[in-house]
Amino acid sequence: MPKDFLQGARDHYDCVVIGSGLAGLTAANTLARSGQSVLLLEQHYKLGGMATWFKRPGGHIFDISLHGFPFGMVKSCRRYWTREIADSIVQLKNIRFDNPMFSLTTTFNRDDFTRLLVEQFAIPAATVRAFFDTARGMNFFDDQSTTVGQLFERFFPGRQDVIRLLMEPITYANGSTLEDPAISYGIVFSNFMSKGVFTFEGGTDRLIKLMHAELLRSGVDVRIKCDVEKILVREGRVTGVRVNGREISARSVVSNSNVKTTIFHLVGKEHFDRTFCQDAEAVRLNNSSCQVYMALKPGEELDEGLGDLLFSSTAPLFRTDLLLSRNVTSRTFSFYYPRTRPGSNRSLIVSSTNARYQDWADLSAEEYEASKQDLVETTLDALAKYVPDIRAKLDHAEASTPLTFRHYTKHMEGASFGTKFEGLAVSRAIPQQIGGLYHAGSVGIIMSGWLGAMNYGVIVANDVDSWLMKTGSPQTSPTATVL
Amino acid sequence: MTPAEIKEVILDILEDIAPDEDLSGLKEDVPLREQLELDSMDFLDIVMELRKRYRVQIPEDDYVELSTMQSTVKYLAPLMKDLQKA
Repeated sequence: MPKDFLQGARDHYDCVVIGSGLAGLTAANTLARSGQSVLLLEQHYKLGGMATWFKRPGGHIFDISLHGFPFGMVKSCRRYWTREIADSIVQLKNIRFDNPMFSLTTTFNRDDFTRLLVEQFAIPAATVRAFFDTARGMNFFDDQSTTVGQLFERFFPGRQDVIRLLMEPITYANGSTLEDPAISYGIVFSNFMSKGVFTFEGGTDRLIKLMHAELLRSGVDVRIKCDVEKILVREGRVTGVRVNGREISARSVVSNSNVKTTIFHLVGKEHFDRTFCQDAEAVRLNNSSCQVYMALKPGEELDEGLGDLLFSSTAPLFRTDLLLSRNVTSRTFSFYYPRTRPGSNRSLIVSSTNARYQDWADLSAEEYEASKQDLVETTLDALAKYVPDIRAKLDHAEASTPLTFRHYTKHMEGASFGTKFEGLAVSRAIPQQIGGLYHAGSVGIIMSGWLGAMNYGVIVANDVDSWLMKTGSPQTSPTATVL
Repeated sequence: MTPAEIKEVILDILEDIAPDEDLSGLKEDVPLREQLELDSMDFLDIVMELRKRYRVQIPEDDYVELSTMQSTVKYLAPLMKDLQKA
């Protein structure tokens, strides 16, 4: 008989959370800490969603999405997780750019970018200050019609090199383009610029292990290999989920699945009104990614001068549409030195490129394998400019494609950065359609990335907690009178 | 709870949220955001803590009432007058 991954699970919870990406994990932990009973269901055999890793023979561990996040993670981890998790966050101090327009190294914060823009790009200090202040002052309620491209044109007209410096890292961080709303850029860029780029010491595997332990301490019922087939709705209210053939009732459901998957597959459009369905249909998914994972032989070292993150390109001009092309000219290299996992003697490199699902979906099996191999070889060729003896030092290399991302996350089209801006409004409007149903996950660019996803999980947990209290909680006595 | 006690509750929550800030010189009628390094997540945390500790519900449209210490206490006074301070 197959193993029952729901063995011992109750028949009813205050909240069921579907999916254990950083938004789902954080929503589950926040709700459990507020005293709600929470069941967390993950279809894969590991928690983490896109915050994930994999192991290969020889003791290599590759991180998929640990490339650098803003300092805000320290506060969010301290508050919504643990001191130990927050204390493991360390700065990545060497961010490099190398392209036909410029080569430079930066700590990627406001002071250093100001220095570079004034000294190396000859922009007046007052213009730089005005740009940073404008970006920092942006918030969600501002005008959404100005695009990123227009924002740059206002401050740095005709300066393709400046736009490349300011935009390329953000395009890699969340898939955004010059046509996206300026506010989504301003919020994310300012988050990074406040103090620079940070990473998690010990790797994604350690982070998720610590989070798993904390979830259990908070009282969350955590289940892996539990693939939710349906979100159950009756008379405009959520009643539970069907998972692994079993029905579990719940007063609220948080879906950390892709927002369109949630609406059209898990719930079904018959439960939403027509205008809402049209808005949801119209939500554009963000692009997917290709990655090449390269492990050096045990003990082989990389020169730290390579930097932590390297935005490299051979394209003479910066164009976000070119970044998606299968004819790759731009790559972001993440260099992982042994200090990433203290005690390890491994050096690894992950190359990331943005990619279109459609370019990979229709290949024959042979073409697909050949294309993946080609991606590995061309990446090694490109890397040889920075690590000349890379092939001699290499122990293992392999590639992932948009199909790989779709396989593991079940995201439509393998989307690796959620949706474009309009996805946020649709995600936020779901509870008005179906009482007790919520979505938390990468949407609208600003809620994307590790910090955005985590904070969105908290925002939604607050809504859920409020709904549970309003609709009558079984634990009736206010904390104030209990104490 | 009296307005003075409500103020103590808010200060208590702020101390947890911004442990590195000095709250002793906080001005009553100046926006908290101008005196402390608070972002929108910090204000959400205040809302969540009030619900967790005292089951006080603050709808999203009323978040603006939490601008200064004075406006916060004034807004919360009718909601918390029958509660005991924990």
